Amino acid sequence: MKWSEFFVTGEPLIYAADVAIVLTIIGIVFVLTYFKKWKWLWDEWLTTVDHKKIGIMYIICAVLMLFRGGVDALLMRAQLTAPNMKFLDAQHYNEIFTTHGTIMILFMAMPFLIGLMNIVVPLQIGARDVAYPYLNALSFWLFFFGALLFNISFVIGGSPDAGWTAYFPLASNEFSPGVGNNYYAVALQISGIGTLMTGINFLVTILKMRAPGMTLMRMPMFTWTVLITCVIIIFAFPVFTVALALMTFDRLFGTQFFTMANGGMSMLWANLFWIWGHPEVYIVILPSFGIFSEIVSTFARKRLFGYKAMIGSIVGIAFLSFIVWVHHFFTMGAGPAVNSFFSITTMAIAIPTGVKVFNWLFTLRKGKIRFTTAMLWSLAFIPNFVIGGVTGVMLAMAAADYQYHNSYFLIGHFHYVLIAGTVFACFAGVHYWYPKMFGHLLNERLGKWAFWLFMIGFNICFFPMYFLGLMGMTRRMYTYAAGLGWTPLNVVATIGAVLMGIGFIVFCYNIYYSARYGERDMTGDPWDGRTLEWATASPPAHYNFPVVPEVTDLDAYWAMKKNGNGYEVKEEQLEPIHMPSNSGRPFLISIAFFIAGFGLVFKWFTLAIIAAIFIILGLILRSFDDDDGYYISVDEIKRTERLARKGA
Amino acid sequence: MKHEKQRGRKWFSLLPLSLLLFLSGCSEKIVVLNPKGPVAKAQYDLIMWSIGFMLFIIIVVFTLFAVVLIRYREKPETADYEPPDEEGNKLLEIVWTAIPIIIVAALAIPTVKATFALEKPPRHDVKPITIHVTSANWKWIFSYPEQNIETVNYVNIPEDVPVKFKLTSAGPMNSFWVPELGGQKYAMDGMETQLILQADHPGSYMGRSANFSGRQFAHMEFEVVAQKQDEFDKWVKEVQQTAPKLNKEKYEEILKPGLVGRMTFSNTHLEWIDHAEQNSHHANDEKHNDRHEDMESDHHEH
Amino acid sequence: MAEAAHRYDETMPLEYRTQESRLNILGFWIFLGAEVALFATLFATYLVLFQRTGSGPTAKELFEVKDVLIETLLLLTSSFTCGLAVFEMRRGRLSGLLTWLLVTLLLGAGFITFEIREFIHYVHEGATMQTSAFLSSFFVLVGTHGAHVSLGIGWMILIIIQLLQRGLTPRTARKVFIVSLYWHFLDVVWIFIFTLVYLTGMVI
Repeated sequence: MKWSEFFVTGEPLIYAADVAIVLTIIGIVFVLTYFKKWKWLWDEWLTTVDHKKIGIMYIICAVLMLFRGGVDALLMRAQLTAPNMKFLDAQHYNEIFTTHGTIMILFMAMPFLIGLMNIVVPLQIGARDVAYPYLNALSFWLFFFGALLFNISFVIGGSPDAGWTAYFPLASNEFSPGVGNNYYAVALQISGIGTLMTGINFLVTILKMRAPGMTLMRMPMFTWTVLITCVIIIFAFPVFTVALALMTFDRLFGTQFFTMANGGMSMLWANLFWIWGHPEVYIVILPSFGIFSEIVSTFARKRLFGYKAMIGSIVGIAFLSFIVWVHHFFTMGAGPAVNSFFSITTMAIAIPTGVKVFNWLFTLRKGKIRFTTAMLWSLAFIPNFVIGGVTGVMLAMAAADYQYHNSYFLIGHFHYVLIAGTVFACFAGVHYWYPKMFGHLLNERLGKWAFWLFMIGFNICFFPMYFLGLMGMTRRMYTYAAGLGWTPLNVVATIGAVLMGIGFIVFCYNIYYSARYGERDMTGDPWDGRTLEWATASPPAHYNFPVVPEVTDLDAYWAMKKNGNGYEVKEEQLEPIHMPSNSGRPFLISIAFFIAGFGLVFKWFTLAIIAAIFIILGLILRSFDDDDGYYISVDEIKRTERLARKGA
Repeated sequence: MKHEKQRGRKWFSLLPLSLLLFLSGCSEKIVVLNPKGPVAKAQYDLIMWSIGFMLFIIIVVFTLFAVVLIRYREKPETADYEPPDEEGNKLLEIVWTAIPIIIVAALAIPTVKATFALEKPPRHDVKPITIHVTSANWKWIFSYPEQNIETVNYVNIPEDVPVKFKLTSAGPMNSFWVPELGGQKYAMDGMETQLILQADHPGSYMGRSANFSGRQFAHMEFEVVAQKQDEFDKWVKEVQQTAPKLNKEKYEEILKPGLVGRMTFSNTHLEWIDHAEQNSHHANDEKHNDRHEDMESDHHEH
Repeated sequence: MAEAAHRYDETMPLEYRTQESRLNILGFWIFLGAEVALFATLFATYLVLFQRTGSGPTAKELFEVKDVLIETLLLLTSSFTCGLAVFEMRRGRLSGLLTWLLVTLLLGAGFITFEIREFIHYVHEGATMQTSAFLSSFFVLVGTHGAHVSLGIGWMILIIIQLLQRGLTPRTARKVFIVSLYWHFLDVVWIFIFTLVYLTGMVI
């Protein structure tokens, strides 16, 4: 590799990005140094094992990635506004849709939800932290450095350009000779390891660390969805690990798994990818269902309708998610029997999903509905998701799918389910739990502005796509000819995308505005909530609950409020609390992963091996680590609690 | 204020409808819903059948949604209303599990039927014509083994005759899609897939690759020209007599990544290479079986 | 991680006594579940590609019966001795535990030596990872198992050092128990490799 190829050159957009990156780094370093915040950054954030701080870091990264993926989307929409546009060339467009897809799914949607999981689940089950706080920090930093590695491909070496599905043989050395797809294979591998560990961590946390009295059937719905999601992660992600490893071997060491000669089989990649890929989309939709359930129930002031049926349906969806992957390539010619089987399993998913929709509607019925921003996002989810859902059923019909496959009809469908499902849930969840994270509320007026702009923009952008698909427009085309009748709808879609972008900007401004002027939450329970996270202070002390609460019912905190005065702590009940110590090792090990990954991408194996030795060293040090954590004394708890009550 | 939002939401739900109205003005362009052959027609019928159910579901959910939101929103006069503590309703839950099951069954049966039917020629009284399709970066190569001619980026077919397209790829995977004649199938290296299409009338139909295959993928278009049988025969004869021969060197040149115009040859590249056969013993076995079945069915049709 | 982490339960075996240990053991079982998915994927890949030998040798032409039998014997025995180690630990005998762990470790090292020998032999015959899809999937499947065993050996060395330093405590006992789970798991995976890869390969 020549140095002239090392940096991506030749595009004004990329030079602008180079300048922006350098300026941002200088700016951050300057601010940290000027305000003497380096030690604060290290002590409070980089070494933290506190699930709430880790959750916040996940969400910050996810919002940044939403920005990056959103800019990609806007660039694509700009290019497609009119036929024969020269705004982006083919190669640039291919890179952009590849990174858009990969980033939005793996570095935006999933981390956003994992961030919310981190903040909420231990609080909802009345735990002090997750089962393995140290591992949790490692999960986050692996995700972080995986995402960083993926993103630097933009300026160093070149971005992947074979689509987020990276189908072979297109993604092989023969047809994608640059380092772009090495970045894909290695960066996703690193962050994937983090995700797998998160799955194990939260599964054990939920199974073993619930407050006394919280049986499985008294668990909040969000926690239930996270539990099931963890099971999906544990069985789906290893498949991806293997697929990416085989891809790496093919690209770096010349193996023949997916090649065109010597017995290689490109279809195998598609199968492995989607055996992981389909459960993956349920990994991002099930926790979203959980978030909507919590919010709908809170703001309808009613218990969730059909709680058991809801649990049954998420279990059913999780099971089905593993036996539908072929519907991503009905057109591969596996034969009518195979296609029919996968058609039926896919359509069957509509049954539990339908049950959930009706349960939400009946939770609202007879309720007293408050239209807060969080609730608006949750309510908007229902009709929009139904549109995405029914078109999903249409796509599931194999014989008809031959006409929709890989067209804009498909693009319309999965954006309707992923945006109206996952993205709406992320926004809803952020607005709902924001006071719990930061101690103040997000401004409702700005929140509603952002909601309406984004939601209307979303429909304007994606509804026309169904028709573009029926008009024969296929996905991933960087341009199209005039005279096909596609132009008006493409213009409409671009307008919608711009509206969504404005909605996002309003949301970001709201974060700034609310930090300065937002209403402070003194009570810890700004929404009259039902679950345990509202029982403790906002934001909670790092031990979460001074005394572990006793649970007597589903909607534990609601029951406490109905039957008495809520969650009260008498000072004589306090005992010293054991907490895990901070550690810088997860951060440092993840840096080693980053360097090793970078070495692999460029085939600098010496660098990769040296970094790998550091990883092993980190693991050995961990093995000999005797740190048992520390105790918080009763006096200190008293002090913290009094301060919290005074609202300092 | 809240009233306004309700109205906004309701107005909003009309958007799909208005779009439909807008689009009905240019229905010719909606190629998928404009079938020009029995395969596309079968798919069109299936699509329309499903859209009916989907609209029913949407209407039910949207109506329920609107009614609930309007009736049970927080109002000054309901300030001291306390929602009941209901856990669920067995009967209702059974109902809304059963109805989706019925709908899924109503969709699944015709889907399975159509999926099986599409693997066979739409009519059995005519001998189908076989055309091998090879996708390469970024062009489509059509070989007529029976006629011993080859075309690039366009394909002529006789009307009312089932065409068996045998798809493969000399490079990255593509998807062969002629929306007006019927749905698509993948063209993959070392593999052969079969797509059967048939055109009802003479005419020109747009075809394109529906699966991303690299830089110039957006330009991987081809034209399917359906002709009357005698015109088709005339064209074949003309090509056989006047078109140049294709040789290995020329073929290698065509395969090089890039865009090419239309070409016509009086022999096929299948003489020296079939990309469907290249890769492995296993795929070959399947292929032979396939060939065998083909012969049988051809025989049967005679 | 509350004070529960130190909730000590005398009635349980040593490795289960602290809450932290119970969590870690459960977590490791779940991790093994993920490992099952990982190996299942590798097996599936192998089965799909096993006949796609391209221009390279087939399984029947290639496999060395003798080496594989020795490997199998070594690994199966090591799983047994690993069980004995845990048995000694339950009886509270540190020296017995250390002895059997050491034997397990040596058997594991023997397994790896023979496996490397086997691989080198194949490579000398011109059957490398790059030769055909069959060989790619063979080397990656068996190699992944071998890498796991090697990792297990390194891990066991660390635990032996800790046992020597700190004696038998709830913490070291838990580590021994977890590494034994890991070791037995690798044994099970090997049985599948032996039957599905080697035995099947020699017949078909």
